[in-house]
Amino acid sequence: MRALETILTEKGYVDPAALDRIVEACETQIGPHNGARIVARAWVDPDFKKKLLEDATEAANSLGHISPVGSHLIALENTPQTHHLVVCTLCSCYPWEVLGLPPVWYKSAPYRSRAVIDPKGVLAEFGVALPPDTEIRIWDSTAETRFLVLPMRPPGTEDWTEERLAELVTRDSMVGTGLPKAPDEVTP
Amino acid sequence: MSNTIHDMGGMHGFGPVEVEANEPVFHEPWEGRVLAMQRSMGYTGLWTIDGGRHSLETLPPVTYLMASYYQRWFLGLEKRVVAFGLVGEDEIKAGRSLRPGRRLNRTLTVADVPNTTRRGNFERPAQAQAKFKAGDRVRTRNINPTTHTRLPRYARDKLGTVETVRGCHVYPDTAALGDHEHAEWLYTVVFTARELWGEAADALVKVSIEAFEPYLEPA
Repeated sequence: MRALETILTEKGYVDPAALDRIVEACETQIGPHNGARIVARAWVDPDFKKKLLEDATEAANSLGHISPVGSHLIALENTPQTHHLVVCTLCSCYPWEVLGLPPVWYKSAPYRSRAVIDPKGVLAEFGVALPPDTEIRIWDSTAETRFLVLPMRPPGTEDWTEERLAELVTRDSMVGTGLPKAPDEVTP
Repeated sequence: MSNTIHDMGGMHGFGPVEVEANEPVFHEPWEGRVLAMQRSMGYTGLWTIDGGRHSLETLPPVTYLMASYYQRWFLGLEKRVVAFGLVGEDEIKAGRSLRPGRRLNRTLTVADVPNTTRRGNFERPAQAQAKFKAGDRVRTRNINPTTHTRLPRYARDKLGTVETVRGCHVYPDTAALGDHEHAEWLYTVVFTARELWGEAADALVKVSIEAFEPYLEPA
Protein backbone atom coordinates (compact mmCIF):
# COMPACT_ATOMS: atom_id res chain seq x y z
CA MET A 1 0.00 0.00 0.00
CA ARG A 2 2.84 2.36 0.90
CA ALA A 3 4.51 1.67 -2.43
CA LEU A 4 1.42 2.86 -4.29
CA GLU A 5 1.37 6.08 -2.28
CA THR A 6 5.06 6.55 -3.07
CA ILE A 7 4.45 6.05 -6.79
CA LEU A 8 1.43 8.37 -6.90
CA THR A 9 3.34 11.02 -4.93
CA GLU A 10 6.49 10.81 -7.06
CA LYS A 11 4.42 11.15 -10.20
CA GLY A 12 2.71 14.24 -8.82
CA TYR A 13 -0.78 12.75 -8.66
CA VAL A 14 -1.30 13.01 -4.90
CA ASP A 15 -0.01 15.31 -2.17
CA PRO A 16 0.73 13.39 1.06
CA ALA A 17 -0.22 16.46 3.12
CA ALA A 18 -3.66 16.46 1.49
CA LEU A 19 -3.98 12.75 2.26
CA ASP A 20 -3.16 13.50 5.93
CA ARG A 21 -5.97 16.04 6.03
CA ILE A 22 -8.50 13.63 4.53
CA VAL A 23 -7.66 11.00 7.16
CA GLU A 24 -7.92 13.63 9.87
CA ALA A 25 -11.34 14.76 8.61
CA CYS A 26 -12.58 11.15 8.67
CA GLU A 27 -11.33 10.65 12.20
CA THR A 28 -12.49 13.92 13.74
CA GLN A 29 -15.13 15.79 11.71
CA ILE A 30 -17.53 13.25 10.29
CA GLY A 31 -19.27 10.79 12.55
CA PRO A 32 -22.64 9.79 14.00
CA HIS A 33 -22.60 12.82 16.31
CA ASN A 34 -23.72 14.82 13.26
CA GLY A 35 -26.71 12.57 12.62
CA ALA A 36 -27.58 12.55 16.32
CA ARG A 37 -27.90 16.34 16.31
CA ILE A 38 -30.31 16.14 13.38
CA VAL A 39 -32.44 13.49 15.08
CA ALA A 40 -32.52 15.32 18.41
CA ARG A 41 -33.56 18.55 16.68
CA ALA A 42 -36.35 16.70 14.85
CA TRP A 43 -37.57 15.33 18.19
CA VAL A 44 -37.94 18.77 19.75
CA ASP A 45 -38.84 20.91 16.74
CA PRO A 46 -41.88 19.83 14.69
CA ASP A 47 -41.16 22.36 11.92
CA PHE A 48 -37.63 21.05 11.55
CA LYS A 49 -38.95 17.49 11.48
CA LYS A 50 -41.36 18.40 8.71
CA LYS A 51 -38.53 19.99 6.70
CA LEU A 52 -36.32 16.98 7.38
CA LEU A 53 -38.89 14.56 5.98
CA GLU A 54 -39.46 16.78 2.95
CA ASP A 55 -35.82 17.51 2.08
CA ALA A 56 -33.27 16.07 4.47
CA THR A 57 -30.29 17.56 2.61
CA GLU A 58 -31.60 21.08 3.05
CA ALA A 59 -32.76 20.49 6.62
CA ALA A 60 -29.40 19.00 7.66
CA ASN A 61 -27.48 21.86 6.08
CA SER A 62 -29.73 24.40 7.80
CA LEU A 63 -28.17 23.30 11.11
CA GLY A 64 -24.95 24.80 9.80
CA HIS A 65 -22.57 23.41 12.38
CA ILE A 66 -22.45 19.89 10.97
CA SER A 67 -20.35 18.75 8.02
CA PRO A 68 -22.08 19.85 4.82
CA VAL A 69 -24.33 17.29 3.18
CA GLY A 70 -24.06 16.79 -0.56
CA SER A 71 -26.82 15.52 -2.73
CA HIS A 72 -29.96 13.75 -1.80
CA LEU A 73 -30.18 12.73 1.81
CA ILE A 74 -33.53 11.14 2.65
CA ALA A 75 -34.90 10.80 6.18
CA LEU A 76 -37.05 7.75 7.02
CA GLU A 77 -39.35 8.13 10.00
CA ASN A 78 -39.82 5.11 12.23
CA THR A 79 -43.33 4.83 13.64
CA PRO A 80 -45.13 2.27 15.82
CA GLN A 81 -46.33 0.74 12.51
CA THR A 82 -43.14 0.76 10.43
CA HIS A 83 -39.47 0.17 11.16
CA HIS A 84 -36.90 1.18 8.52
CA LEU A 85 -33.62 -0.63 7.90
CA VAL A 86 -30.91 0.58 5.51
CA VAL A 87 -28.46 -1.60 3.56
CA CYS A 88 -26.33 -1.49 0.44
CA THR A 89 -26.35 -4.99 -1.05
CA LEU A 90 -24.07 -4.04 -3.97
CA CYS A 91 -21.28 -2.21 -2.13
CA SER A 92 -21.29 -0.03 0.98
CA CYS A 93 -23.30 3.14 0.28
CA TYR A 94 -23.83 4.94 3.57
CA PRO A 95 -24.60 8.56 4.56
CA TRP A 96 -21.01 9.44 5.48
CA GLU A 97 -21.68 13.10 6.10
CA VAL A 98 -24.16 12.42 8.87
CA LEU A 99 -22.97 9.04 10.21
CA GLY A 100 -19.24 8.95 9.41
CA LEU A 101 -17.54 6.01 7.76
CA PRO A 102 -19.56 2.79 7.83
CA PRO A 103 -18.65 0.15 10.43
CA VAL A 104 -17.15 -3.12 9.23
CA TRP A 105 -20.39 -5.06 9.76
CA TYR A 106 -22.29 -2.73 7.41
CA LYS A 107 -19.78 -3.52 4.64
CA SER A 108 -19.67 -7.24 5.43
CA ALA A 109 -21.12 -10.08 3.37
CA PRO A 110 -23.41 -11.33 6.17
CA TYR A 111 -25.18 -7.98 6.50
CA ARG A 112 -25.31 -7.19 2.78
CA SER A 113 -26.62 -10.63 1.87
CA ARG A 114 -29.16 -11.09 4.64
CA ALA A 115 -30.68 -7.68 5.37
CA VAL A 116 -32.99 -7.99 2.36
CA ILE A 117 -34.02 -11.65 2.79
CA ASP A 118 -33.84 -12.15 6.56
CA PRO A 119 -34.25 -8.74 8.20
CA LYS A 120 -35.79 -10.16 11.36
CA GLY A 121 -32.87 -12.54 11.81
CA VAL A 122 -30.44 -9.67 11.33
CA LEU A 123 -32.32 -7.44 13.77
CA ALA A 124 -32.31 -10.27 16.33
CA GLU A 125 -28.52 -10.45 16.06
CA PHE A 126 -28.43 -6.75 16.94
CA GLY A 127 -30.71 -7.45 19.90
CA VAL A 128 -33.64 -5.60 18.36
CA ALA A 129 -37.01 -7.21 18.96
CA LEU A 130 -39.97 -5.33 17.48
CA PRO A 131 -43.66 -5.92 18.21
CA PRO A 132 -44.76 -8.80 15.93
CA ASP A 133 -47.17 -6.64 13.93
CA THR A 134 -44.50 -4.06 12.96
CA GLU A 135 -43.97 -3.70 9.24
CA ILE A 136 -40.29 -3.82 8.32
CA ARG A 137 -39.12 -1.79 5.36
CA ILE A 138 -35.67 -2.37 3.93
CA TRP A 139 -34.03 0.34 1.82
CA ASP A 140 -31.37 -0.97 -0.56
CA SER A 141 -29.06 1.99 -1.39
CA THR A 142 -28.63 1.21 -5.07
CA ALA A 143 -28.19 4.84 -6.24
CA GLU A 144 -26.65 8.09 -4.93
CA THR A 145 -29.60 8.77 -2.66
CA ARG A 146 -28.63 8.22 0.99
CA PHE A 147 -30.85 7.28 3.90
CA LEU A 148 -30.98 8.38 7.52
CA VAL A 149 -33.43 6.66 9.83
CA LEU A 150 -35.28 8.97 12.20
CA PRO A 151 -35.87 6.71 15.21
CA MET A 152 -38.78 7.15 17.62
CA ARG A 153 -38.16 9.38 20.63
CA PRO A 154 -37.87 7.22 23.74
CA PRO A 155 -40.67 7.63 26.28
CA GLY A 156 -39.76 9.35 29.53
CA THR A 157 -37.77 12.11 27.81
CA GLU A 158 -40.52 14.71 27.58
CA ASP A 159 -38.65 17.42 29.49
CA TRP A 160 -35.19 16.66 28.04
CA THR A 161 -33.13 19.26 26.20
CA GLU A 162 -31.99 18.72 22.63
CA GLU A 163 -28.38 18.23 23.81
CA ARG A 164 -29.36 15.49 26.27
CA LEU A 165 -31.60 13.82 23.71
CA ALA A 166 -28.71 13.63 21.23
CA GLU A 167 -26.88 11.38 23.70
CA LEU A 168 -29.63 8.78 23.28
CA VAL A 169 -29.23 8.61 19.51
CA THR A 170 -26.91 5.78 18.53
CA ARG A 171 -25.36 5.19 15.14
CA ASP A 172 -27.25 1.92 14.77
CA SER A 173 -30.58 3.60 15.55
CA MET A 174 -30.00 5.81 12.49
CA VAL A 175 -29.27 2.78 10.26
CA GLY A 176 -32.22 0.83 11.63
CA THR A 177 -30.20 -1.95 13.26
CA GLY A 178 -30.76 -0.47 16.70
CA LEU A 179 -33.08 1.62 18.81
CA PRO A 180 -32.17 4.78 20.72
CA LYS A 181 -30.87 4.30 24.25
CA ALA A 182 -33.38 4.35 27.08
CA PRO A 183 -33.19 7.37 29.43
CA ASP A 184 -31.67 5.25 32.21
CA GLU A 185 -28.82 4.09 29.94
CA VAL A 186 -27.14 7.49 29.99
CA THR A 187 -25.82 9.31 33.04
CA PRO A 188 -28.08 12.16 34.11
CA MET B 1 -19.58 -7.04 -14.82
CA SER B 2 -22.92 -7.24 -13.16
CA ASN B 3 -23.48 -10.85 -12.14
CA THR B 4 -20.43 -11.01 -9.92
CA ILE B 5 -19.83 -11.66 -6.26
CA HIS B 6 -20.50 -8.08 -5.13
CA ASP B 7 -24.21 -8.55 -5.84
CA MET B 8 -24.90 -10.28 -2.52
CA GLY B 9 -28.54 -9.51 -1.72
CA GLY B 10 -30.36 -12.71 -0.78
CA MET B 11 -27.34 -15.02 -0.70
CA HIS B 12 -27.04 -17.60 2.05
CA GLY B 13 -24.00 -18.96 3.84
CA PHE B 14 -22.07 -15.92 5.05
CA GLY B 15 -23.03 -16.52 8.69
CA PRO B 16 -24.15 -14.08 11.37
CA VAL B 17 -23.46 -10.35 11.39
CA GLU B 18 -20.50 -9.72 13.67
CA VAL B 19 -20.53 -6.39 15.44
CA GLU B 20 -17.35 -4.96 16.93
CA ALA B 21 -17.85 -2.89 20.07
CA ASN B 22 -16.15 0.53 20.09
CA GLU B 23 -14.93 0.12 16.54
CA PRO B 24 -12.18 2.61 15.57
CA VAL B 25 -12.59 4.70 12.40
CA PHE B 26 -9.58 2.88 10.90
CA HIS B 27 -8.15 -0.38 12.22
CA GLU B 28 -4.71 0.24 10.69
CA PRO B 29 -3.13 3.50 9.47
CA TRP B 30 -2.83 2.12 5.91
CA GLU B 31 -6.63 1.94 5.67
CA GLY B 32 -6.86 5.70 6.05
CA ARG B 33 -4.13 6.18 3.44
CA VAL B 34 -6.03 3.99 0.96
CA LEU B 35 -9.26 5.90 1.57
CA ALA B 36 -7.42 9.20 1.14
CA MET B 37 -5.68 8.05 -2.07
CA GLN B 38 -9.05 6.93 -3.40
CA ARG B 39 -10.61 10.32 -2.64
CA SER B 40 -7.64 12.21 -4.00
CA MET B 41 -7.48 10.23 -7.25
CA GLY B 42 -11.26 10.48 -7.62
CA TYR B 43 -10.84 14.25 -7.50
CA THR B 44 -8.90 14.15 -10.78
CA GLY B 45 -12.23 13.50 -12.51
CA LEU B 46 -10.83 10.71 -14.66
CA TRP B 47 -13.51 8.34 -13.42
CA THR B 48 -16.70 8.61 -11.37
CA ILE B 49 -17.91 6.69 -8.35
CA ASP B 50 -19.34 4.02 -10.68
CA GLY B 51 -16.04 3.59 -12.46
CA GLY B 52 -14.54 2.99 -9.03
CA ARG B 53 -17.24 0.47 -8.15
CA HIS B 54 -16.73 -1.29 -11.46
CA SER B 55 -13.05 -1.89 -10.73
CA LEU B 56 -14.00 -3.59 -7.44
CA GLU B 57 -16.73 -5.64 -9.07
CA THR B 58 -14.35 -7.00 -11.67
CA LEU B 59 -11.92 -8.35 -9.08
CA PRO B 60 -11.92 -12.17 -9.19
CA PRO B 61 -14.70 -13.38 -6.85
CA VAL B 62 -12.29 -15.30 -4.62
CA THR B 63 -10.05 -12.23 -4.28
CA TYR B 64 -13.10 -10.08 -3.51
CA LEU B 65 -14.22 -12.36 -0.71
CA MET B 66 -10.77 -12.91 0.79
CA ALA B 67 -9.88 -9.22 0.88
CA SER B 68 -10.91 -6.80 3.59
CA TYR B 69 -12.87 -3.71 2.58
CA TYR B 70 -9.88 -1.41 2.26
CA GLN B 71 -7.78 -4.14 0.66
CA ARG B 72 -10.45 -4.28 -2.06
CA TRP B 73 -10.27 -0.51 -2.43
CA PHE B 74 -6.51 -0.76 -2.72
CA LEU B 75 -6.69 -3.50 -5.37
CA GLY B 76 -9.36 -1.58 -7.28
CA LEU B 77 -7.37 1.66 -7.19
CA GLU B 78 -4.17 -0.08 -8.29
CA LYS B 79 -6.04 -1.66 -11.20
CA ARG B 80 -7.61 1.67 -12.17
CA VAL B 81 -4.42 3.76 -12.19
CA VAL B 82 -2.84 1.14 -14.46
CA ALA B 83 -5.92 0.91 -16.71
CA PHE B 84 -5.98 4.68 -17.13
CA GLY B 85 -2.30 4.74 -18.06
CA LEU B 86 -1.32 6.77 -15.00
CA VAL B 87 1.07 4.17 -13.60
CA GLY B 88 2.91 1.38 -15.42
CA GLU B 89 2.81 -2.28 -14.42
CA ASP B 90 6.60 -2.05 -14.18
CA GLU B 91 6.30 0.76 -11.65
CA ILE B 92 3.84 -1.25 -9.53
CA LYS B 93 6.32 -4.11 -9.62
CA ALA B 94 9.27 -1.83 -8.79
CA GLY B 95 7.38 -0.07 -6.00
CA ARG B 96 8.57 3.31 -7.24
CA SER B 97 8.10 5.76 -10.06
CA LEU B 98 10.19 5.00 -13.19
CA ARG B 99 9.10 7.97 -15.31
CA PRO B 100 7.39 11.34 -14.86
CA GLY B 101 3.63 11.42 -14.29
CA ARG B 102 1.01 12.37 -16.84
CA ARG B 103 -0.40 15.87 -16.73
CA LEU B 104 -3.79 15.83 -15.00
CA ASN B 105 -6.58 18.38 -15.28
CA ARG B 106 -6.62 18.77 -11.53
CA THR B 107 -5.06 17.23 -8.45
CA LEU B 108 -6.18 17.55 -4.86
CA THR B 109 -4.33 20.09 -2.70
CA VAL B 110 -4.58 20.65 1.05
CA ALA B 111 -6.83 23.65 0.39
CA ASP B 112 -9.28 21.47 -1.56
CA VAL B 113 -9.76 18.92 1.22
CA PRO B 114 -12.70 20.63 2.97
CA ASN B 115 -14.65 20.25 -0.30
CA THR B 116 -14.06 16.53 -0.45
CA THR B 117 -16.02 15.78 2.73
CA ARG B 118 -19.13 16.91 0.85
CA ARG B 119 -20.43 14.42 -1.68
CA GLY B 120 -20.90 15.43 -5.27
CA ASN B 121 -24.34 16.16 -6.63
CA PHE B 122 -25.57 13.49 -9.03
CA GLU B 123 -28.80 15.19 -9.99
CA ARG B 124 -29.04 16.57 -13.53
CA PRO B 125 -31.65 18.58 -15.45
CA ALA B 126 -34.27 16.32 -17.02
CA GLN B 127 -34.08 15.85 -20.79
CA ALA B 128 -37.49 14.16 -21.01
CA GLN B 129 -40.59 13.67 -18.92
CA ALA B 130 -40.60 10.93 -16.33
CA LYS B 131 -42.35 7.81 -17.64
CA PHE B 132 -43.68 6.81 -14.24
CA LYS B 133 -45.33 8.48 -11.28
CA ALA B 134 -45.89 7.52 -7.66
CA GLY B 135 -48.35 4.63 -7.41
CA ASP B 136 -47.56 3.13 -10.83
CA ARG B 137 -47.10 -0.62 -11.00
CA VAL B 138 -43.85 -1.54 -12.71
CA ARG B 139 -41.89 -4.65 -13.57
CA THR B 140 -38.12 -4.55 -13.37
CA ARG B 141 -36.40 -5.72 -16.50
CA ASN B 142 -34.63 -9.02 -16.71
CA ILE B 143 -31.25 -7.68 -17.72
CA ASN B 144 -27.86 -9.34 -17.33
CA PRO B 145 -25.30 -6.89 -18.71
CA THR B 146 -21.63 -7.85 -18.59
CA THR B 147 -20.96 -4.18 -17.77
CA HIS B 148 -21.75 -2.24 -14.58
CA THR B 149 -25.35 -1.94 -13.39
CA ARG B 150 -27.10 -1.02 -10.14
CA LEU B 151 -30.11 -3.28 -10.61
CA PRO B 152 -29.43 -6.13 -8.17
CA ARG B 153 -30.11 -9.69 -9.33
CA TYR B 154 -32.70 -10.35 -6.62
CA ALA B 155 -34.83 -7.48 -7.92
CA ARG B 156 -34.86 -8.35 -11.64
CA ASP B 157 -38.10 -9.35 -13.38
CA LYS B 158 -40.09 -8.45 -10.24
CA LEU B 159 -43.38 -6.66 -9.86
CA GLY B 160 -43.23 -3.52 -7.73
CA THR B 161 -44.75 -0.11 -7.13
CA VAL B 162 -43.22 3.28 -7.72
CA GLU B 163 -43.26 5.04 -4.37
CA THR B 164 -41.33 8.25 -5.07
CA VAL B 165 -39.87 10.00 -8.10
CA ARG B 166 -36.38 11.15 -7.07
CA GLY B 167 -35.46 13.36 -10.04
CA CYS B 168 -32.96 12.78 -12.82
CA HIS B 169 -29.62 11.33 -11.73
CA VAL B 170 -26.37 10.35 -13.47
CA TYR B 171 -26.95 6.85 -14.85
CA PRO B 172 -24.41 4.43 -13.33
CA ASP B 173 -24.59 1.93 -16.19
CA THR B 174 -23.25 4.45 -18.71
CA ALA B 175 -21.14 6.45 -16.22
CA ALA B 176 -18.98 3.36 -15.63
CA LEU B 177 -18.37 3.19 -19.38
CA GLY B 178 -17.09 6.75 -19.52
CA ASP B 179 -20.19 8.89 -20.13
CA HIS B 180 -20.05 10.83 -16.87
CA GLU B 181 -23.07 13.05 -17.44
CA HIS B 182 -25.87 11.00 -19.03
CA ALA B 183 -28.79 11.03 -16.60
CA GLU B 184 -31.99 9.03 -16.22
CA TRP B 185 -35.05 9.35 -14.00
CA LEU B 186 -34.64 7.67 -10.65
CA TYR B 187 -37.46 6.10 -8.63
CA THR B 188 -37.88 4.40 -5.29
CA VAL B 189 -39.60 1.13 -6.23
CA VAL B 190 -40.99 -1.04 -3.45
CA PHE B 191 -41.59 -4.80 -3.56
CA THR B 192 -43.22 -7.13 -1.11
CA ALA B 193 -40.85 -9.70 0.37
CA ARG B 194 -43.21 -12.34 -1.08
CA GLU B 195 -42.70 -11.03 -4.60
CA LEU B 196 -38.94 -11.20 -4.13
CA TRP B 197 -38.55 -14.36 -2.08
CA GLY B 198 -41.74 -16.38 -2.53
CA GLU B 199 -44.83 -17.24 -0.55
CA ALA B 200 -42.95 -18.35 2.55
CA ALA B 201 -41.61 -14.82 3.07
CA ASP B 202 -42.91 -12.55 5.83
CA ALA B 203 -46.03 -10.64 4.75
CA LEU B 204 -44.97 -7.66 6.88
CA VAL B 205 -41.67 -7.11 5.09
CA LYS B 206 -41.13 -4.81 2.11
CA VAL B 207 -37.93 -4.01 0.27
CA SER B 208 -37.22 -1.01 -1.93
CA ILE B 209 -34.48 -0.29 -4.42
CA GLU B 210 -33.56 2.97 -6.10
CA ALA B 211 -34.30 2.12 -9.71
CA PHE B 212 -33.31 4.05 -12.82
CA GLU B 213 -35.94 4.33 -15.55
CA PRO B 214 -34.19 1.97 -18.01
CA TYR B 215 -34.53 -0.77 -15.37
CA LEU B 216 -38.33 -0.52 -15.45
CA GLU B 217 -41.25 -1.29 -17.71
CA PRO B 218 -44.96 -0.64 -17.11
CA ALA B 219 -46.85 -3.53 -15.51
